[in-house]
Amino acid sequence: MDFFVLTLAIPLVAGILLSVLGERAWAPHLNVFASAATLLSAAGLTAEIVSHGSRFAFGEQFFIDSMNVFFVTLTAFVGLTTSIFSDPYMKNDRSHGKLTPARLRLYKSMYQLFMCTMLIALTTNNLGILWVAMEAATLTTVLLVSLYRTPASLEAAWKYFILCGVGIAQALFGTILLYFAAERVLGETGTALLWTHLVDVKGQLDPTIMALAFIFLLVGYGTKVGLAPMHNWLPDAHAEGPTPVSAVLSGLLLNVALYAILRCKVLADGALASDFAGNLMMGFGLFSLLAAAFFLGRQKDVKRMFAYSSIEHMGIITFAFGMGGPVASFAGFLHMTMHSLVKSAIFFAVGHAAQKCGTQIMEDIRGLKRINPLIGWGLMLGTLAILGMPPFGIFASEFMILTHAMKFHPWATPFLLLGLGVAFAAIFAKVHPMVFGESEAKRLPHAPAITPVFVHLGLALMMGLWIPPYLTRWFHEAARMLG
Amino acid sequence: MTSIPLYAQLINLCAAVILLLGFAMLAQRRVIQLVDLFALQGFMLFLSTLVMAYKTGQHHLFYSAGLTLALKVILLPLILHRLIRQLHIKAEVEAMVNIPTTMLIGIGLVIIAFNVATPISLLSSTIARGTLGIALATVMLAFLTMITRRKAITQVVGFLAMENGLFLAATSATYGMPMVVELGIALDVLVGMVILGVFFFQIRDQFDSLDIHHMEKLKER
Repeated sequence: MDFFVLTLAIPLVAGILLSVLGERAWAPHLNVFASAATLLSAAGLTAEIVSHGSRFAFGEQFFIDSMNVFFVTLTAFVGLTTSIFSDPYMKNDRSHGKLTPARLRLYKSMYQLFMCTMLIALTTNNLGILWVAMEAATLTTVLLVSLYRTPASLEAAWKYFILCGVGIAQALFGTILLYFAAERVLGETGTALLWTHLVDVKGQLDPTIMALAFIFLLVGYGTKVGLAPMHNWLPDAHAEGPTPVSAVLSGLLLNVALYAILRCKVLADGALASDFAGNLMMGFGLFSLLAAAFFLGRQKDVKRMFAYSSIEHMGIITFAFGMGGPVASFAGFLHMTMHSLVKSAIFFAVGHAAQKCGTQIMEDIRGLKRINPLIGWGLMLGTLAILGMPPFGIFASEFMILTHAMKFHPWATPFLLLGLGVAFAAIFAKVHPMVFGESEAKRLPHAPAITPVFVHLGLALMMGLWIPPYLTRWFHEAARMLG
Repeated sequence: MTSIPLYAQLINLCAAVILLLGFAMLAQRRVIQLVDLFALQGFMLFLSTLVMAYKTGQHHLFYSAGLTLALKVILLPLILHRLIRQLHIKAEVEAMVNIPTTMLIGIGLVIIAFNVATPISLLSSTIARGTLGIALATVMLAFLTMITRRKAITQVVGFLAMENGLFLAATSATYGMPMVVELGIALDVLVGMVILGVFFFQIRDQFDSLDIHHMEKLKER
């Protein structure tokens, strides 16, 4: 069997199985097993791409190169650790009476289908299918955000559905404009939306149309990335949904949406022969960073605060890719990887902590170090990592982004530093008393899964100290693809 | 002035009616009539796609015309009507901004849309290039409908009308998207509707109403 087909088929089949067979005792194991199998085949696919170079699948409909295979592996990896984490988490929720078996079944099947849609979005060569898969990813997660059926979660899911729906409609308009521009060059054959064909003729695409198309695409997919001012859905969806969903939304979905923007940016850059697309991305990135940083200090809900932190980091990454060039793009990819790993680790730790204390309000969560030293330290280290403390990987990427900005866009440096500083002060001041201090929390019926937290943090630590050479090559390769 | 071929005139007529229906939806106060207007808009879209398909002889345009008829004229309005019946939604739609003001904003949006679309439609080689501006205007009007209404179901109708505008853009600027993409979009819309149906019941059970002003708790304080 082809590794690529397996990578897409496993989550799809698992999702269908889990929904047909219902909530059984072994359903959580199937969920973990399917995620592990997906990761294995993704690893096989990666090995194949690394040794043989990029390839097509299903005619020219799918295209895997060193840029997206990297995201595929990352997605499959975080998918696996999140499924491991969600097993005890969901069981605890069930014994607290927050979830019924029917909803657990919905959760597991939608989780696998969500993985499948993200993997399709990452590997497709057709920009139309990319749109379809992005929309499908929203649809699979809407009912997950409202899984608890509380008024707040329903409101969050409604906001998520409508705002992302409207946003993604803008992206569709952008895709139509892109198709229109491409059709004039490539003709009415079915190839005018295939990215590989578009890249070959990107210099001939009409600049007026491409500029307009890129604006629509950036605003549209940017809504899903959570770029300010289109970010309103993000904190609500992250705070009100179950924690495993927050972890994959923040760690994976935002990345996939950003990946879509990057693919489109390559085309816009080729057609426009100016920094229009890059400047636009830098503007949105800086604005998101600053807006999120100043909202951070006002948060009371811990998941909401870390959702704002995701907006902040997406802003930094968008800014890095906006600057362009090999160094900034390298830093952007590194930062995306680090953010995925660290942010999902934080959500794992926060999820267990909130479950133990029975609340997500930060003032009521105290003394995590006493209740469970591993969760406490996991949260503390994760927070230090996400704030860009050395020796974690985010320090390395933020350092690269900062120095690159100082060199080529000095005007942006004060804003970057201001955003990072404010975010540091806000988050650290709130997490510190949560970890240290007194507490009277009870034991949970199912012991939390701590391993994923430390696996992620360990990887982030390793990447801060030493990035394996093949990974460096890989990042370089991907950065080169961006031109 | 050169005479415009009949086909192009027909398509332009359909597009103009679609825009008019966009305004009608903006002004409509009753939710059942709103759904009917949406179905009518879908029907005009079907007609214009059909004319386009007949003129250009593109097979996949026939398919997408059929898809439009099945989905937007028959299936989605049926689902919406059922939902309205089952959920006992009150006929009146409360607008947040009064209707005349909304109409004025709408006119402004149409002007902006035409301005944005002019440079692009000049480049279009298709017979229906004049309709790109109308398509963008329809999208904007649908957007306005969504913003100014309180009921969850009217927001959804606005959302679907936005989809109509996008579809018009796809068929007028280009000869429709590739078939696989169109099928995917149709599937997404359908699945979205089903999910929304489920969702409506959840919202009603929780709030005893489909008025979205109950859902304004989550905001920054």
